[in-house]
Amino acid sequence: MLGLTITQWLFGILSLMAIMFALMVVFTRSPVNSVLYLVLTFFCIAGHYLLLNAQFLAVVHIVVYAGAIMVLFLFIIMLMNLNTETEQQKHIIARIISGVIGGLLLFVMVGALKGAEQINIVQSGASQIGLVKNLGNVLFHEFLFPFEVASILLLAALVGAIMIGKREPASPTPPKEGLL
Amino acid sequence: MLNGIPINYYIMLSAVLFIIGVVGVMARRNAIIVFMCIELMLNAVNLLLVAFSTLHNDASGQVFVFFIMAVAAAEVAVGLAILAMVYRNFKTVDIDLLDRLKE
Repeated sequence: MLGLTITQWLFGILSLMAIMFALMVVFTRSPVNSVLYLVLTFFCIAGHYLLLNAQFLAVVHIVVYAGAIMVLFLFIIMLMNLNTETEQQKHIIARIISGVIGGLLLFVMVGALKGAEQINIVQSGASQIGLVKNLGNVLFHEFLFPFEVASILLLAALVGAIMIGKREPASPTPPKEGLL
Repeated sequence: MLNGIPINYYIMLSAVLFIIGVVGVMARRNAIIVFMCIELMLNAVNLLLVAFSTLHNDASGQVFVFFIMAVAAAEVAVGLAILAMVYRNFKTVDIDLLDRLKE
């Protein structure tokens, strides 16, 4: 089959699907559909991680992104009752300009990177660095301090989110109407 | 190498995903979609970090991805809390209408 190995076939299919779903995230009008397409994109990226022998990261990626973060997004969209009818679109000129800027940025990136040295990644099944044991060793020896800082960051984010999201006690002066 | 994928392909894939995120941030008005496009950009960078980690057979890159995921989770929690509060006060999350910091 075109002289490609199964790894290369998988890479091509996963890449095409990831790019297609990512485009759908941007171009779908309904916010709920955007979230669902983003979940599919994340599954494709998790497939790429598996292909790169990063098994632990693939599982964590699915659990954290597709499981936790996307549920948070869905909840917020549900609370705000957003749908296609309430969705406002930018002016057509603004959208065309943003597409042109994106295309130019892609042109610059491809132009800058196309002369890079061609090195192949060898996906040997024997690679052990993506496994929990090895990653845990690195995480708790070389990166112990950043790990603790990350825990403090998560605690701060937790407290901050609760403080921001908490409903204010009834203020003596009613909020002004027609702020927008 | 016969059965490998050139690192350039991963670089191109990450660049394309990143730029789709950039275009989404510029072209959409819903603040939640803008957030999702930022997540897309973070994931493009994560993918490239894992690819180079495998290329150099070094686990540090994957540990970095781990930290990026932690930061992204914190960012999403705080950001969505802010958006929920903004929606409660203004009844909209349209970024073209939310362009005044005061009043």
